Order: sequence, then structure tokens, then C-alpha cells
Amino acid sequence: MAEARPTHGVEWAIAGAVVSFLGLVVVLPLISLVATVGRAPWEAVAGLSTGEAVNALGLSAAVAAIALAVNGVFGVVGGLALVRHRFPGRRLLDWLVDLPLAVSPVMTGLGFLLLFGRTGFLGPVLERLDVQVAFAVPGAIVATLFVTLPFTVREVALVAEEVGTVEEEVAATLGATAAQSFWRVTLPKIRHGVVLGVTLTVARALGEFGAVLVLGGAITNRTMTATTYIHAAIEGRQTSAGFGMALVLAATSVLLMSAVQRRTSR
Amino acid sequence: MSIRLDRVSRSFGAGPVVDDVSLAVQAGELVCLLGPSGGGKSTILRIIAGLERADAGEVWLEGQRVDHLHARDRDVGFVFQHYALFRHLDVAGNIGFGLSVRRRPPDFIRARVAELLELMGLGGLERRFPASLSGGQRQRVALARALAPAPKLLLLDEPFSAVDAQVRQELRQWLRRLHDDVPITSILVTHDQDEAFAIADRVFICRNGRIEQAGTPVEILDEPASEFVAQFIGDVNLLDGVVRDGTVWVGPLGMAWPARDGACRVVIRSYDLKFWCMNPGIASVARILPMGDRVRVEAILDGGQALFAQFPRRSSLLLGLEKGTRIGVEVTHARCWPIQARVST
Amino acid sequence: MRGSRPGSIRQNSALPVHAGAPASVRLFGCWVALLVGGPILAVLLRSAMEGMGAFRAIGSASASDAIFLSLWTSALAAAIHAAMGTAIAWWLVRWALPGRAWISRVVDLPLAVPTLVAGVVLVGLYGPQTLVGSSLAGLGLHIAFARPGIVLALLFVTLPFVVRAVEPVLRELDPAEEEAASSLGAGRWRTWRTVVLPAILPAIAAGSVQTFGRSLAEFGSIAAVSGNLPGKTLTASVYVLGEVEAGHPGDAAAVSALLLLLALALNPLGGVLVRFLGGRRG
Repeated sequence: MAEARPTHGVEWAIAGAVVSFLGLVVVLPLISLVATVGRAPWEAVAGLSTGEAVNALGLSAAVAAIALAVNGVFGVVGGLALVRHRFPGRRLLDWLVDLPLAVSPVMTGLGFLLLFGRTGFLGPVLERLDVQVAFAVPGAIVATLFVTLPFTVREVALVAEEVGTVEEEVAATLGATAAQSFWRVTLPKIRHGVVLGVTLTVARALGEFGAVLVLGGAITNRTMTATTYIHAAIEGRQTSAGFGMALVLAATSVLLMSAVQRRTSR
Repeated sequence: MSIRLDRVSRSFGAGPVVDDVSLAVQAGELVCLLGPSGGGKSTILRIIAGLERADAGEVWLEGQRVDHLHARDRDVGFVFQHYALFRHLDVAGNIGFGLSVRRRPPDFIRARVAELLELMGLGGLERRFPASLSGGQRQRVALARALAPAPKLLLLDEPFSAVDAQVRQELRQWLRRLHDDVPITSILVTHDQDEAFAIADRVFICRNGRIEQAGTPVEILDEPASEFVAQFIGDVNLLDGVVRDGTVWVGPLGMAWPARDGACRVVIRSYDLKFWCMNPGIASVARILPMGDRVRVEAILDGGQALFAQFPRRSSLLLGLEKGTRIGVEVTHARCWPIQARVST
Repeated sequence: MRGSRPGSIRQNSALPVHAGAPASVRLFGCWVALLVGGPILAVLLRSAMEGMGAFRAIGSASASDAIFLSLWTSALAAAIHAAMGTAIAWWLVRWALPGRAWISRVVDLPLAVPTLVAGVVLVGLYGPQTLVGSSLAGLGLHIAFARPGIVLALLFVTLPFVVRAVEPVLRELDPAEEEAASSLGAGRWRTWRTVVLPAILPAIAAGSVQTFGRSLAEFGSIAAVSGNLPGKTLTASVYVLGEVEAGHPGDAAAVSALLLLLALALNPLGGVLVRFLGGRRG
């Protein structure tokens, strides 16, 4: 690989453009968030100590935890299934798993609303069972499960493809049952993929906005998550609380991601 | 444990990888499946272990049909080509794995692991992880792991191909001693004829999913059943000959050979030949190549066919030989195959 | 053929790669079918129930304006990233300048930042009440609550795609080819255009298509930054939200279905484009 410093004037111009581009699009806005909150930190803290802010953070954390557990399990099962099994419909399943990355979160919310809403396809059934999904906590959970489905599946599939199945064959010849082979050989082999996958899942769950807004309805103290709280706070001109929450969310996600990136790059 | 395969076949998409193979191994034998890559020998081994299922045929272990038995229930130790150690377990964890999944008591496992570490010369390495071991150490750990549950059958798939030549020699000798010390039946897959002939009681030559020949190393060396076997097992001269009245002629070189008259292929191993200075003789020396402790002499028979012989460096047969010398040729051992038979295989 | 190669995925083996679908696969299949198939079928079904009304909903002035706005802002973001992303990747691979690790980190940041937060921080910097925003407004340049804000938000959330697509290809590129070209007397720009560009063009295209698709679906950052003025800064996703909140789920479903079909068509189209660009090189 040829490495060099820019020599030509045009190259320096390009380097300058890159720096200004990244500065204007990403770095300065993020710095301004930190600066805005930092200028009046107590205002932000006060804003975040209100009951609705705490409830919103709590719901976000709970939803993220559920997404971690459910999609963590399905991610391991699914990632291994896609790599290690050959079955009819595998390509379709592979495609479906990626679909949540391609569709708009608003459409996701709408789709579930059309299923679970009062006038939705399953509305009458849910009403008879006395279960409310739309504009309730289950709605926020379902929407988050949808948008976070691909992450663990993908990461596990990637690692599983790479590590192969020879060790499992060894385990079989040594007398291990399928369960022993899974817990003692397969899972330790793919654990990096699992950790990375569920971290991405949590980060995405904390940050999900559109689908949770549409399906959950962002009802204060009931279905309001951290992101919908930010939205409501800024619309309601409580900028410092909104920015404070934005900083909390951004810092959490960035820390989570950099932690796993450092771990997995080793 | 005795093994019997009865007309076993296996195909992967394109064509048969194992084609109607039958073989029998006596309890306590060490046999080698020897053949070029792609001959189906690894697949045969995997079918015996239960890692691969046969499309047709029967697998019998110790008089019991095991076709439908899961690999874990076959009581077979398997050593893989690239060690396949558990990276997340240390050496002791690797060796003890087969005992721990069978829920043996911890004390028993500890004692057995210690015993195997001793046997394999791995003492002091029990807390090391596979990544920090040398190739030879890794292969010994893999072997110890396979032996830990005391299987009656040990299957080894090209076990020494990933270690360098010197370590390979040692491991080979050491495997033979181990086999003799432990009551076990062993099958080793290899594409290296030196390895097979150095340690096996019997050798099965595999080619294109079939067993081409089975026998002791001496039987196979002296009486190769086909031109392919003769060629595969060592440095051979492959010559065109003609049989006339019980003698096969390669140009001016004649050997007694009881066969019907006609064209044939003649196989002469390089150390079944003698050259000596003789004028007029029937050949002339083309090249003399020192090769370590042996010397390779290439000659052209009158009539144009080339052949080569190998002699020890100090052999008296080399006296006076140099490029262009006229020589006499004597064949101490040869095999011939009529051309028609060659075409039909 | 040998039975196995370490690390390879074999088919039809007895263990542990299975033929057929064991319980775990069926369980996962059902989960995905319900979780992903459910809402998507619901949208398609609901818009089909509208019949011709679906086309009327899409064709209405506000809906078609919103769809058109989404399309061109996404295309613009993809085009800008095609250039800037390539330049950033070039920096990361070829320039021994200080700060390379920082640039790499900045490129990954947008994936970690929730998209709504991305919109919020852009408003925080470029909003009309801020120093930067008001001075730019004095020059007649409105960013937040205007169309440039939408493009800026899209650029933020899609930053890594082109960079991370081009970077590995650039790394694999054999410098000998470039050296050969320049030793034959080709100028720098000519060398770049005839040797480097054709090699990385498929990756640029793949990254750009991904950027475009992700931009079409983007909602959170735009909702915060655009101000949602119908006909001016209302993108398709935000329009759908408006229709849902206004109690017109049928219209919302119709526009969503169109966006969904666009997104689904994008993948194969992108594949064809990448193959075409790659094929021209070979």
C-alpha cells in the first residue's frame, strides 16, 4: 500500500474539504450539544430529574433490556440456523431478517398499528382478550423488537460462518450431547459475535424513535421513551431537558459501541 | 475393536466420493488408508466415526451394526487434521472434555488428565491455551483429548500433515509406540507413503473412492496390484514392453515374465535395478545426480526409453560410471500389466 | 473430493450441519415471519384494500410533493457521499496525515448516535436562534427547518456507508498498477481516473445505493430538523406520520407501500448497477 502525504495542491484542497465536511456535518453539531448542555448543566439535570424524564428513561431501559434478551436468544438461534442449516425457504428467511434495516420506522409503526390498533386486523381479537398493544407499553416493545431484529442474527451468522463446525464434530466424537456441544463449544466460539450483536441491539433500541412514536403514542409517563421525550420536550420548548436527554442517549450509545469495538478489534 | 465396512458408498452432488468400499480391520491393528488427495479416504474415516452418513452399505464395529448410531455413541476417538482444539479451553480442559461431558467425577478426570499429560510428554502445559502451543504440542494435545475417554478405536485424519518434517518423524514413531502400548485399534489416513509404510501393519490404497489394494507394506511394495499402486508408492520406471515367449522385452532389456504375448506396461522400482560398466552393453548413462546419501543414475536404453536407478552413495555399482558410459542392466524385480487391462481400469 | 475442509460449511453431513429444518430453525422462522412479515403484509394489505384510492392518495399534491422531496434529497445525499465518502476513504488508506484514527472514529459515530439526536444536534448548531444559524440566515441561507437541513441530516446518518464500502477495496488495490501507469507517463489525474476509479467504482455505487435507501427510510433526524412544512420540507416518512395522526391510515398505508416497494426494488437494482460497473472493468 502506497502511503504518502498529500503533495499536490488539489490533494490539500481535498484534505481540507474532508475536514470541513466532517466538522460541519458531525463534529461541530455534537460539540455544540455538549457545549449547550455544559453551559447550564444544572438546568439539564433539573429537567432530567422530573418524573416524566425518569419514567421515560426507565421505559427505554426496560424496552432495551427486553430487546436484548429476546433478540439475543433469537439472534443466536437464527444466526446459527442461517449458517449451519440448509432448508427450504432459507434465502427468504435471510432476506426477511434484513428487511427491518430497509424500511422506514414510521412504516413499521403503521404496520403494527394496522395489525394491533382498535380498527386493525387483529383489533377485535385483542379487544376480546382485553390486551392493548397499540398506544401501550407492549407496542413500544414490539416496535423495538422489529427494528433490532437483524443485529444479533447478522453478527452471530458472520462469526459462525468464520469458525466452522470442526470443534462441534470433535465434541460429538468425544461423546457430547447436542446441548453440551452448544453450551460448551458453540456458544464460547461465537461469543464475540453475540456480545457485539446485543450491544448494537441495545444501542439501536435506546435510539429508536419513529416506530415507538407511531405505535406507542408517546403518552407521558406511560409510553414515552427517552427519544419521544426529547421530541416532546423540544416541541414544548423545554430545550435544556431535551438536550440533556439527547446528550445522555448519545453518550450511552457511543460508550457502548466504542467498548465493544475495542473488545472485538483485539 | 474390529471394523467392517460392507459395500459402503457416499456421493456429494457431483459423483461418488466413496464407491462401494468394503474393508475389514482386526482388533489391535494399525492400518493406513493411503492415497492421493481426493481419493475418498477421509470420507471413509468420517463414515466410520459417524460424522458422515453413508448413502448405502453397512458399518460394523465389533460385530455390531452402527449405521444409525450417533457419533457420540460409537466410542471412537477422532484426531483431526488441523488439531481443532477448543480455543477457549486450556490444555487440561481440552483433554478432559470427553470425560467431563460423560459426567465422570472431577477427581477421576484430574487423574486421567495428569496421566495423559505424562504419557504425551505435555507435563507443565496443562494451564496453557492452544494459541500458545507449537504445532507438535497441539497435535499431541489433540491426540490426548481423543484418547482420554479410552476409546477402543482411534481414527486419525492426516494427523501429521500440519507439522514440519522433523516433528512429523518423531510423532510418527511415537504414535506407533503408543499404539503398541495401549489396547486400541487405529486407522490413519495419509497421502504420504513413507508415513504409511513406516508405521502401518496393513495399508489400504485408496483411489477414486475405491480400495485399489490392501496388504502389508511388504506385500504392496513387492506385489503392487496395479500400475497405479506401483507408481504411487515410490520412485518407479514406467516403461513400454512386449511379451514374447515368456519374456518381456523393453528394447534390448529382457526379463522372464510368464504372460500371453502382446504389448504391456512394465514397472521397475528404482532400487530394483543394477547398472555396471559393460561394453557394448545395452544402455548409456545420461546423467548422475547425487541426492544426499543416495545417487540417482539416469540412463537411456538402446531404442530410446529412459530409466533411472538409485544406489547408496558408496555402492560398488557406481564405480566407473560417468556420463556417456556404456552399461549393462539387470532387473531384480519387476511387474508387468498387459495394455488392455490398463485401458479397462 | 475430500469430505471436509476445516472451517468449511458442509452440506448433508450427519453432524452437526443438518439437512432439513430442526425445531430451532422452525421456531426462528415463525418468529421472523410474524415479527417482520406481519406489519409489512398489514401495510400492503391495507393499501390494497384502498383499491384505486391508493393511487389517489399517492397522487395527491401533498403526498407526491413529499415523495418527490424524499427522492431528491436522498439522491443528493447519495451523490455528495459518493464524492466525500471516497475522499474520506482515500485519506484513511493513503494519506499518512495525523488524525487518521480520529477520522475513522468520527466516521463511525453516526451509527451510534440515535437519529433523532442527530436531528436535534443539527438544530442545536444551525437553528434560527443559534449564533451560527442566525448569521447564516442573515446571508440568506436557512438550514434548520429548511431543505438544506434535511440533506444535512441525511448526510449525518448515512456517513459511514460509502467510506466503509470503498475503504477495503482501496486497501486491496495493488499500487503496482498505479506505478505502472505513472511510469508509462500518465499524469496523476489520468492515473487516478484510469486505474483507481474503475476499481473502486462498484464499491462507490454500492455505498451510494445503500445511502440512498437508508435516506429514503430516514425519519427521526428529519422529524427534528425539517420543521415539516407541507409542500416545502415535508418528506414522505413525515407525511406518513401526519396521515396516521390525522386518522387516515389508508392513505398512510398507500404511501408506505410505495416506499416499501421502492426500498425492496433498490437492492436488486443496486446489485445490477454494481455488477455492471464491475463488469466493465473486467
